[in-house]
Amino acid sequence: MERPFAITLEVGSSRHNKTGTWRVERPVYVDRLPPCNDACPAGENIQGWLYHAESGDYESAWRKLMEDNPLPAVMGRVCYHPCQTACNRGKLDEEVGINSVEHFLGDLALDKGWMPETAAADTGRTALIIGAGPSGLSAAYHLRRLGHTVTIYEAGANPGGMMRYGIPKYRLPREVLDGEIRRIEAMGVEIVLNHKVNDLAAVLAEKRFDAVFLAIGAEIGKRAYVPAGESARILDAVSFLHSMEGQAPPLLGRRVAIYGGGNTAMDAARTAKRLGATDAVVVYRRTRDRMPAHDFEVEEAVEEGVEMRWLSTVKHADAGKLLLEKMTLDEKGMPTPTGEFEELEADSLILALGQEVDLELLRNVDGVVATDGVVQVDRNMMTGVPGLFAGGDMVPGERTVTVGIGHGKLAARNIDAWLRGTSFSKGGRPELADFDLLNTWYYSDAPQTVRAKLDVARRRSTFDEVVQGLDESNALFEARRCLSCGNCFECDNCYGVCPDNSVIKLGPGLRYEFDYDYCKGCGICAQECPCGAIKMVPESI
Amino acid sequence: MLEQIEGSQAVARAVGLSRPEVICAYPISPQTHIVEALSVAVKSGALEHCEFVNVESEFAALSVAIGASAAGARSYTATASQGLLYMIEAVYNAAGLGLPIVMTLANRAIGAPINIWNDHSDAMAVRDAGWIQLFAETNQDAADLHIYAFRLAEQLSVPVMVNMDGFILTHATERVDLPSQEQVDAFLPPYAPRTYLDPADPVSIGAMVGPEAFTEVRYLASLRQHEALSSIEQIDEEFGEVFGRRPCGFFSSYRMEDAEIVAVAMGSAVGTLKDAVDDMREQGVRVGALGLRTFRPFPADAIRSALSGSRSVLVFERAHSPGFGGQLSADIAATLRSVEPTVHSVVSGLGGRPVTRRSVASAIQASAKGELGLETFLDLDESLLKREVTELGTARRSSATGGAVAQIIESSGPQGAR
Amino acid sequence: MPFQPIKFYQTGSFVVGNRLLSEDQRSVQSSQARTNSLTLGHRACQGCGEALGARYALDAAMRASGNQMVVANATGCLEVFTTPFPETSWQIPWIHSLFGNSAAVGTGIAAALRSKGKQDIRVVAQAGDGGTVDIGFGPLSGMFERNDDVLFICYDNEAYMNTGVQRSGATPPAARTATTDAVGPHPGEDFGKGKNLPLIAMAHEIPYVATATVAELRDLEYKVEKAMSFHGARYIHVLVPCPLGWGSAPSDTIRLSRMAKETGLFPVFEAEGGEVTSVSKIRHRLPVEEYLRPQRRYQHLFRPQPDTQTIGRIQAIADKNISRFGLLNGEPK
Repeated sequence: MERPFAITLEVGSSRHNKTGTWRVERPVYVDRLPPCNDACPAGENIQGWLYHAESGDYESAWRKLMEDNPLPAVMGRVCYHPCQTACNRGKLDEEVGINSVEHFLGDLALDKGWMPETAAADTGRTALIIGAGPSGLSAAYHLRRLGHTVTIYEAGANPGGMMRYGIPKYRLPREVLDGEIRRIEAMGVEIVLNHKVNDLAAVLAEKRFDAVFLAIGAEIGKRAYVPAGESARILDAVSFLHSMEGQAPPLLGRRVAIYGGGNTAMDAARTAKRLGATDAVVVYRRTRDRMPAHDFEVEEAVEEGVEMRWLSTVKHADAGKLLLEKMTLDEKGMPTPTGEFEELEADSLILALGQEVDLELLRNVDGVVATDGVVQVDRNMMTGVPGLFAGGDMVPGERTVTVGIGHGKLAARNIDAWLRGTSFSKGGRPELADFDLLNTWYYSDAPQTVRAKLDVARRRSTFDEVVQGLDESNALFEARRCLSCGNCFECDNCYGVCPDNSVIKLGPGLRYEFDYDYCKGCGICAQECPCGAIKMVPESI
Repeated sequence: MLEQIEGSQAVARAVGLSRPEVICAYPISPQTHIVEALSVAVKSGALEHCEFVNVESEFAALSVAIGASAAGARSYTATASQGLLYMIEAVYNAAGLGLPIVMTLANRAIGAPINIWNDHSDAMAVRDAGWIQLFAETNQDAADLHIYAFRLAEQLSVPVMVNMDGFILTHATERVDLPSQEQVDAFLPPYAPRTYLDPADPVSIGAMVGPEAFTEVRYLASLRQHEALSSIEQIDEEFGEVFGRRPCGFFSSYRMEDAEIVAVAMGSAVGTLKDAVDDMREQGVRVGALGLRTFRPFPADAIRSALSGSRSVLVFERAHSPGFGGQLSADIAATLRSVEPTVHSVVSGLGGRPVTRRSVASAIQASAKGELGLETFLDLDESLLKREVTELGTARRSSATGGAVAQIIESSGPQGAR
Repeated sequence: MPFQPIKFYQTGSFVVGNRLLSEDQRSVQSSQARTNSLTLGHRACQGCGEALGARYALDAAMRASGNQMVVANATGCLEVFTTPFPETSWQIPWIHSLFGNSAAVGTGIAAALRSKGKQDIRVVAQAGDGGTVDIGFGPLSGMFERNDDVLFICYDNEAYMNTGVQRSGATPPAARTATTDAVGPHPGEDFGKGKNLPLIAMAHEIPYVATATVAELRDLEYKVEKAMSFHGARYIHVLVPCPLGWGSAPSDTIRLSRMAKETGLFPVFEAEGGEVTSVSKIRHRLPVEEYLRPQRRYQHLFRPQPDTQTIGRIQAIADKNISRFGLLNGEPK
């Protein structure tokens, strides 16, 4: 076709006009740290695995999760999910039910028999782990994946530590725990049961292992002094819960009092209820809002008929009854006695006042420092003894399964570095993806899907699991509620909203690039990015 | 085939024979009979593969034609007077875009005062728009020129305006020899646009052009108009071969062999001029007549050679530029800059006043006696004007204005034939 | 909402793309194969809503027509910033004739295609608000009443931006323009003036009329696609913020479009044969202040003191739209 001069132009010829020269600010893609990841004690890349779950690719999601945590099915049940507390979606409607999706993925993996990625090539290095609790198992898993030969010495008859001996079955069915531990064993981790290490110095002296990770937990229940009559029945919660595994359940009587306000107190009270107690009364010296137990644990306990006696201390225990003193909180929130007393009928008293570490095995080891009953470690999780690392409940920190798993991972990475003669560094933490960096208009309103619970009648009488898993469609829904804070999820917004066609879409999984030859720097892409993954930076001349 | 037929009907038939694809029109006298006839032809199915669009204004009429032409369709519209002015923006635009639209202009005066009768003010108002402007002398001419116009427009990618005097031609019944469809098809091939809106080969039409190239665009437009002069000669040849007559040429010449005085006009007045020439020749005045058919492009060289032997050129022009004079005579005068004849502007036939044989003859006589002024208003009603001019002068207390008008009247006085 | 939201996806259907949908369900703009009818290197200002709106609408129309489409464009920003000699940013067959005649040019193109039996090629005519509601109104109304087979798209930025921000028949009350300056006892455009062209279009009872904004891409694409499913005259009115004329941040273009809708000032709806068939509900209702405040054209409403009376009158307009069109959830339509 003829092109009459000037009046008729060849299509697309404006490409000669490089409008990028107009720009004073340039957009750049960033990956910011999502608050969930930031808050996860196990260091999970939650946003990362939810991304796969959103597309229904649960296996990829599970594998992504397994990069950080070998026990998703356990974690999906027992984690107190600080990730959800931090979740930006909570400011929009309700936080994403991360824990429930993890629960779903963990169960699905067990059901499908998915196995972790095979270990890296054998390094020929050996590591001993003492204690097959959360941190020990976690460390073993990660070290094995890194190619090391791992042996665990476990004092108990079964592996799992507090996951087995502290957490009741109705919260964590044992077949789930067993299934996830078996998977670790199948990777080639050797677990030697009934092998209590009484003298670590002797084990170290054998020099059979290139590195040792101590993870014996804190399994001694604290015994506070409670004046008691001879026939008063007093036991500690740790032993009580431990005795639920394989032994004959202890005789508690019809009326049981539990002294303490933590999660263990709730576990003990709920277990007592299930064992047939008509009354299970938690005695706590402060108020509910100051209770260390998590809200949902308290709620579930109350649903099951557990009673609460706030602002009370046990002054005296006798057969069939307790003398309680009423407390009040001073201006600092400290409980102070009032001098008022009351009686509580109770056939037994369970003390749930915290746990201590049995440091006996360290007595002959030089260089390990214990302060306030816990072993001190440096930021590489190493004790004062080179090659001896420690983690979990026996070192300072919050005592939860999740923290333990996090310690195990961190210790494994440091042990790996130690074994290779290098050092491990975590790398810089990216900028946090705060709520106000998001453009939440793009997210459709979708309230959280709550996991169903077993009906209360059955909860009061059986150890069946209370919290039921989500079905696939609900888990998918929940995963899709993720806002993907700070991380591009390829929603194409930047590609679409650029008035200057200056965003290049690279294709699935490859994200985008800016075409700085043409980008005028208007900033619409950054403003309209739902998840805050674009930043405007001034141009320098 | 010879027919006794109204001019408008003849033109409608000629346009129909040219196989237009889109016709759009808005009613305005005196072009209505043409588009009415075409609408019947389309609606009845007699004219196939053609869309007739009843638009809401002349501005839309030509805009629709622009769109249709840009989309590759042979497009036609017709208008007159006020209608032309209402579409004037589009008139320039069509030419600028090089769209070969054919438009009939049933020439009519422009108001106020509103006047539906013939003159050429409308055509003069758009003479600089870049269209080719042809003037029909007779209805045969008018019919032929439309067929011819499509061929010319499409060959050059320039729009063509066929001017025919309102009422005098449009509503006059004459004998017209209308060609057959086979003849027209032989002369006029299907429209093959230079460029058009085609999804298979997209282009952007109608760019904004700044100082860096606008002059060149205008120069090229001018070049194309000059090119049109040779195209006209060539197409004339072909037209003659197919139809056995010449429709155009740049102008018709009548008894010009030894003429000392040449009367010039465009449109239907040319016939009157020929009659007057015959009268004068009988009285021994060496006079001839020249009927200009191609006004734009202006065939300057041909006019110069046709008129250079004469002593005096009388331009009977049906339009007037207030404050200056007649546009046609100005063009002719400019053409004759370096040659002998004196160009006299005879403003005549405005707003439908008849250009009579007698008045034309009196002007020729005055010229022969050397008594014709450079600008003359033919058949001016002096008594009426004298009264008005006096009143004007009194009312405005401006003798200067009155005086100037009076002078013009004085100057045109002796030649006016009552 | 006129389109079915994609349920339960983390970002619903409000983002441009959605990797979880099959290709044919995704927005045109998310496709690597989109036409880019308006391509790189155009000279629109930073953050131009019209450039965005035009690409959104025309790419959708291209997809709906199987790339068989031609476009007639009125004079104005969109024409000037895309086709300064010797470059054009268009990649589709495109013609610019005059300011007031794009509808008529569209009619002519449609007539030509019809006479040639090429009705598979679809025609879009487009203009800014001036070329639509003012100078182009006659030909547009003619195109409507004849039911010519043309989709007319108005990119409404509420004033004559190309000539330096003068008032048009689409300029909203109290807005400052160069010809309705923020001076005198009633600064900005007067109340009670202006044309509501979507309603006028509906009065012609043409097959399809819709309004849209550049903030809701999927809605806009849906409407273009819907419009292309009809033959005859169709009209889409797209609100396109102009950072220059509105005195807003270039990055706020989409945000302001969204707010125009969420306040109720710009009702988003569609109509068939003159009857409203659906409205896009307000998701999170906003008071008009939030929309007005970021725009310098309304600055006089907030300085030195908030002019609560005038803001209240604007709020009343929003409220009227909300009740008239049923823009809140739970209301019919």
